[in-house]
Amino acid sequence: MSTTAVPDVAVAPVDQGFWTRHRKTGAVLLALGLLATVLFGALATGQQARFTLSETEGGAALEINGTVGAILFGVVTLLAGGALLAGMPKRRFTLVLGVGLLAFVLSFLCWQVSAAPEGRNFMPLVNVVRGTFVLALPLIFGALAGVLCERSGVVNVAIEGQLLMGAFSGALFGSLSGSVWVGLVAAAVGGAFISLLLAVFAIRYLVDQVVMGIVLNLLAVGVTGFLYERLMQPNAERYNSAPRFANWEIPLLKDIPLIGPALFRGNIFLYLGLLLVLVIHIALFRTRWGLRTRSVGEHPTAADTLGVRVLRLRYRNVIMAGVVAGIGGASYTLALYTFTKNMIGGKGFIALAALIFGRWSPTGALLAALFFGFADQLATYLGAIGSAIPSQFLAMLPYLATILAVAGLVGRVRAPAADGKPYVKG
Amino acid sequence: MTNSHPVSGSPDKEPATEPALAEAAGADRAATMAAPERPEEPRPSLGRLFLDNLWAANTVTVTVLALLLAMLIGAILIIVSDPEVLATYGYLTARPADALNSSWAVVSEAYANLFKGAILDPEASGFTAAMSPISETLTYTAPLVFTGLSVALAFRGGLFNIGAQGQATLGVILAAVTGFALPLPPVAHLLVALLAGAIGGAVWGFVPGILKARTGAHEVINTIMLNYVAVYFLSWIIVQNGVQNPGRADAISKPVDSSAQLPRLLGADLRVHAGILLAVLATWFVAWLLNRSTLGFELRAVGANPDAARTAGISITKTYVLVMVLAGALAGLGGSQMVLGTTANALTPLVVAQIGFDGILVALLGRVKPWGVLLAALLFGALQAGGNRMQSYSGISLELVTVLQALIVIFIAAPALVKAIFQLRAARAARLQTSLAKGW
Repeated sequence: MSTTAVPDVAVAPVDQGFWTRHRKTGAVLLALGLLATVLFGALATGQQARFTLSETEGGAALEINGTVGAILFGVVTLLAGGALLAGMPKRRFTLVLGVGLLAFVLSFLCWQVSAAPEGRNFMPLVNVVRGTFVLALPLIFGALAGVLCERSGVVNVAIEGQLLMGAFSGALFGSLSGSVWVGLVAAAVGGAFISLLLAVFAIRYLVDQVVMGIVLNLLAVGVTGFLYERLMQPNAERYNSAPRFANWEIPLLKDIPLIGPALFRGNIFLYLGLLLVLVIHIALFRTRWGLRTRSVGEHPTAADTLGVRVLRLRYRNVIMAGVVAGIGGASYTLALYTFTKNMIGGKGFIALAALIFGRWSPTGALLAALFFGFADQLATYLGAIGSAIPSQFLAMLPYLATILAVAGLVGRVRAPAADGKPYVKG
Repeated sequence: MTNSHPVSGSPDKEPATEPALAEAAGADRAATMAAPERPEEPRPSLGRLFLDNLWAANTVTVTVLALLLAMLIGAILIIVSDPEVLATYGYLTARPADALNSSWAVVSEAYANLFKGAILDPEASGFTAAMSPISETLTYTAPLVFTGLSVALAFRGGLFNIGAQGQATLGVILAAVTGFALPLPPVAHLLVALLAGAIGGAVWGFVPGILKARTGAHEVINTIMLNYVAVYFLSWIIVQNGVQNPGRADAISKPVDSSAQLPRLLGADLRVHAGILLAVLATWFVAWLLNRSTLGFELRAVGANPDAARTAGISITKTYVLVMVLAGALAGLGGSQMVLGTTANALTPLVVAQIGFDGILVALLGRVKPWGVLLAALLFGALQAGGNRMQSYSGISLELVTVLQALIVIFIAAPALVKAIFQLRAARAARLQTSLAKGW
């Protein structure tokens, strides 16, 4: 989706004159700050907004008067926006933007928590952090699958199908064998199967990769849905009762306040996901394989000239992507739920959004996935405290954020140059 | 009697007597039938030409073979997912007839029901029962034509509109709200509701269009994202006061007034409605637009080569926006049929079903040509209608239809694969490529 792919259209002049991209962002932030200070400040009540460091109301807590908090954090956002508008040095841009947005969120939370009914005006931070990671987990796996694929030049719109097939085969073979490990391997194979189809059709038969991705998603929905209704529904005992991975508590680390209970008492998928982010990041930017992958994704002809086997590398990467996404799918069925029809429900597309929002890098994808997970978790929380904000609008947030990012309003994103272009030797 | 021109008659012959003529004609016929087997024949007969073309990789052959391959894989799925049939494979070597018989029984029954539900039930008696399969097929076809045209039109303009689902969702929302909120006389009400649906879709198409034209943001990503925004917007608006059905606790809106509903074509017992006529009209319009109008020419020029089009003085910005607005309007019209037709008369979270995503498949199957889209939509409508009967009579999940549809399009999209499997001769294969292959 390179924003420069269509040089013929009138690209809005962004970095010219007074209104640079940074100043525009500053103006938007300023408006948000104003909104927070005035509106959130006015709507917040004088009650204490409690952010407890536990799963319940009790225990240690950060407290602030609702009105004071909403206005205070709103002013911080205002200042950040003002600083950007006044012409901040470019290297502090990300930091200031981050602080401004964080303050905006906090101002919003002060209003919401203080305005909640008596007895519910607290926010259990452990729950929020844990929920954020749980909800972000499939997105992390999915987005990593996207990174592996697209960095080597194959568009992966089939993430949804890979997750779904992974979840399904994990549940099926986990139930048949009674072993979580067999289920995990089966899930990886299931994801890799969809990936293999994508690879063969995109690389061997030169089918448009977006088209193939869309069709493979439908195929995965159809096949898993069909087998679910034929096998799992009539005989759930035999086909859909996969064992689950237990939570592993990591000694010492689990006792860290807030982070410990949220992060270090999770299941294997949580650790695996975070580990994979690290591994893929290092592999992509520090190893020979990574250099080759990136060169194939940017300029396959040049890579081929230098002796890299373009097609073989693409096959390998696409199939690895399927393995990662398949394991991500298993994080549903081998840890949390039994399999149901179409249980991924669009998470694969949010993962795609996280990949793009995170600018095709593993760490960026992680942050984007966490942001989307937080939005999701916040929607659940606001529903629980009976907020006036409709949960549907919070659920839209990841998608709207991605549109803004792609349109270059938040920051330009650029895909690998050869992403989606089949390579024909000669 | 030798005859080097078996196909033609014998005008060059001497006039013959009546019996001799009859004899010659008989011999001619025999020669015609024998002709294809003679390798030294200088000019191929019509029959030979037909057979050659039949086995060449042309559009129709590849489509039919793709359908066959898909149904074959579907049959395997049916067998694999039937524990009783699968059990007979346990003693396959001992009694192979058991396995084959039971497999054949379950597969043939399923596909027979697919056929009976989609086209014709030989056992049905009476007009309503006999027409019922066709009526169901056409009911499912109508919205698919619109979403398929939407995707195809954008495709020809060089844009991949994955957002037909979202555009149809916006269309169905506006059409439904207009349908129950405005007190209007019968015909006017229907027209206004259809117009509202088209506008809703057009707005949802305009956004990715303008973003593509002004910032270069890729329409595939933006339309995917807008699909989900539309889904959440639908689930929000259903439960609002004034929209939600006051008598219901679940998420369902008020029903659309009967004055805003498309009339049924074949009496009250059959579901087929005027939407299918609109669909044919829309196909004709898109065909005219693409092939006969200035805008269509510009659109195809931009789709084929944006740089050349710009050099020729065509405004790419304007074309992109117009294409997406038109595509959105078409998808919006398709969506409105989901409440204005006979499928449902009120908004529910799943009211749009899958028509937008199916529209992508329909457009690809129809080789992104308007009349091709119409035929492809008919096939998909038939599969859907037949799938319903297959589910209720044979207990084969409707999801099999999704599998078949996806498989058909996979085989269509990779004609080289079908050619390789069936050893087809390469003929006009280049025309089968529907891909854009231009990446993000």
